[in-house]
Amino acid sequence: MAIAREAEPVGSLKEVREAGLDREDLLGVYRSMVMTRGIEERGHILYRQGKIPGSFYTGRGNEGAAVGVATAMGPDDVGTPLHRDMGVHVVRGVEPWRIFAQYMGRADGPTHGRDGNVHMADSKLGLIAMVSHLPAMLPVAVGCALAFRIREEKRVAVGWFGEGASARGDCHEAMTLAGVRKLPMVFVCDNNQWAYSTPTHLEFATEHVADRAESYGFEGVVVDGTDVLAVYREARRAIEKARAGGGPTLIESLTLRMEGHAVHDDAFYVPKEMFERWAENDPLERFRTWLRENADMSDEEEDEIGAGVKKALNDALKRAEESPLPDVSSLTEGVYATPEDLDTPHHK
Amino acid sequence: MAELTYLQAISDGLRTEMRRDKRVFVIGEDVGVYGGAFKVTLGFQEEFGHWRVLDAPLAETAIVGACTGAAIMGMRPVAEMQFADFISCAWDHLVTVAAKQRYRAGTPVPITVRLPSGGGFSGGPFHSQNPESSFAHIPGLKCVCPATPEDAKGLLISAIEDPNPVLYFEHKHLYRRIKAEVPEERYTVPIGKARTHREGDDLSVITWGAMVYTADEAAQQLDSDGVSVEVIDLRTVMPWDKQAVLASVRKTSKALVLHEDTRTGGFGAEIAATIAEEAFEDMDAPVKRIAAPDTPVPFSPPLEKAFIPQVDDVVAGLRELAEY
Repeated sequence: MAIAREAEPVGSLKEVREAGLDREDLLGVYRSMVMTRGIEERGHILYRQGKIPGSFYTGRGNEGAAVGVATAMGPDDVGTPLHRDMGVHVVRGVEPWRIFAQYMGRADGPTHGRDGNVHMADSKLGLIAMVSHLPAMLPVAVGCALAFRIREEKRVAVGWFGEGASARGDCHEAMTLAGVRKLPMVFVCDNNQWAYSTPTHLEFATEHVADRAESYGFEGVVVDGTDVLAVYREARRAIEKARAGGGPTLIESLTLRMEGHAVHDDAFYVPKEMFERWAENDPLERFRTWLRENADMSDEEEDEIGAGVKKALNDALKRAEESPLPDVSSLTEGVYATPEDLDTPHHK
Repeated sequence: MAELTYLQAISDGLRTEMRRDKRVFVIGEDVGVYGGAFKVTLGFQEEFGHWRVLDAPLAETAIVGACTGAAIMGMRPVAEMQFADFISCAWDHLVTVAAKQRYRAGTPVPITVRLPSGGGFSGGPFHSQNPESSFAHIPGLKCVCPATPEDAKGLLISAIEDPNPVLYFEHKHLYRRIKAEVPEERYTVPIGKARTHREGDDLSVITWGAMVYTADEAAQQLDSDGVSVEVIDLRTVMPWDKQAVLASVRKTSKALVLHEDTRTGGFGAEIAATIAEEAFEDMDAPVKRIAAPDTPVPFSPPLEKAFIPQVDDVVAGLRELAEY
């Protein structure tokens, strides 16, 4: 039996306005989703061209969930997005050419070739680079929230994890600490129903991951992750509640991982009908239709967004391919920080 | 100057930094109302309030992970592990997140983790370990192991000030046993600089932590044999003062590396290998190691006494080297 609240879909433009988005914002959200998918589709091509070393991961099907949460964050809020959350980087303003440079292990990627794929973040944009041990970023996000609470700043930390990562102790410990201290923290579970090849019923025994929230002393909400507006509304509520001192929320956003775990994986273990059913709820198509029906998005506007993203991606790819590979002489530099590294806005 | 125990010197260092720098906060199990299992933070919550002296749930992963996040947001967290042994529960957060963040993402993580370590009072397998070599092996972490009250204060302040994750190993057996004059003002002791605990000409002992005193007692006995022993207190294991060690062994031409941690893969192996690589021509005897045997730390007093290197073991080792 479910314990968490199940969020309603968003209906009218009026309701969206009440949630804080005007028409311009909505077109921006759509553009971010198109950009997110575009970056990952181009990445896929780069991979097939042999230009990406190692592996390649995408968040196809999760674009609305990632963009929805990031759109609800304030400029001074911080987050720890994971490998299905490219949309968060896009909304926070990372330049696409740097993402392609990161994919290809070039010197101008955010990690300068020291880490790959989505293991990156621009701390100036309020994001912290993920590690492969996925739920490990939750206690880190809780620590950001703790810093805000100690300094009595009205800022919120958002920590992402998958339903697979929810099995690990980090998740439990992070929620315990955030719960007892009522920290300004929002936990976002991207439940895409498959942890590599393992289905949810072998990952957790409750109906929803969000059902756990009550045991940590805060609210759990399940939202349809293909509905960007519903995700936005729930994230905004949770973030503003946290900002006002109301403590954490656990939002579980339900989607289907529309591709394999990584590019090598054809996801043969996912039933074909499941893919077909969820393909009908493609977040981009769903929001595009909504915009046309509820916000009068015109053909011209739609084409302009599509063409703008296409040009931005072409330019980004070109610039990324011009970025050099890292200089091998830099291999042993920067293992340890120097006092000058602390000369950032965070460390004043 | 005031005479302080090793434990009081740690408290003094921490209090000094908390008074000076509002970014410094303490988080750990029972560090607030109770003042910490060993009373290092006794009275801190009254002085600094419960948001700067935080009693954490029994959750080492969350404690160290949260320190990392808070540090990235500009704080200077000091985590207390109730016993160094429990750092195993936070391994991932030190090794996977904190240690690698600067190198791969350019984000410094200035955290200090205090680790009450070492045996000698029947703490058993889970309250007695010296895990410094495990962490010294991880690029991105620093490990300090003060032996004297003066260094306990100065190295703690250096650890907090350092822009990297620093593991501060405080030896429990020194807490109330060792007392010395400690400057009242704020000062730092540089991380990476050894200290000559005792000067000598014939043999060098390279050691750290509580073993400094074991080595010193053994050196006194050798003195009556007419053998002059130099004791180098490494003070910090990562980075370690290679130049000081090489200078000492080049002078004496014989080296004994001593530690309380177990033998295989202990940090002494790194020191011995470095001496062999860089000072082979200056040596008159093979480098000797004395360390605990490769077993968990046993509980029962006679077993534990046999496990931890004793003064007699060091005396025997030094005599063997002297006669070589």
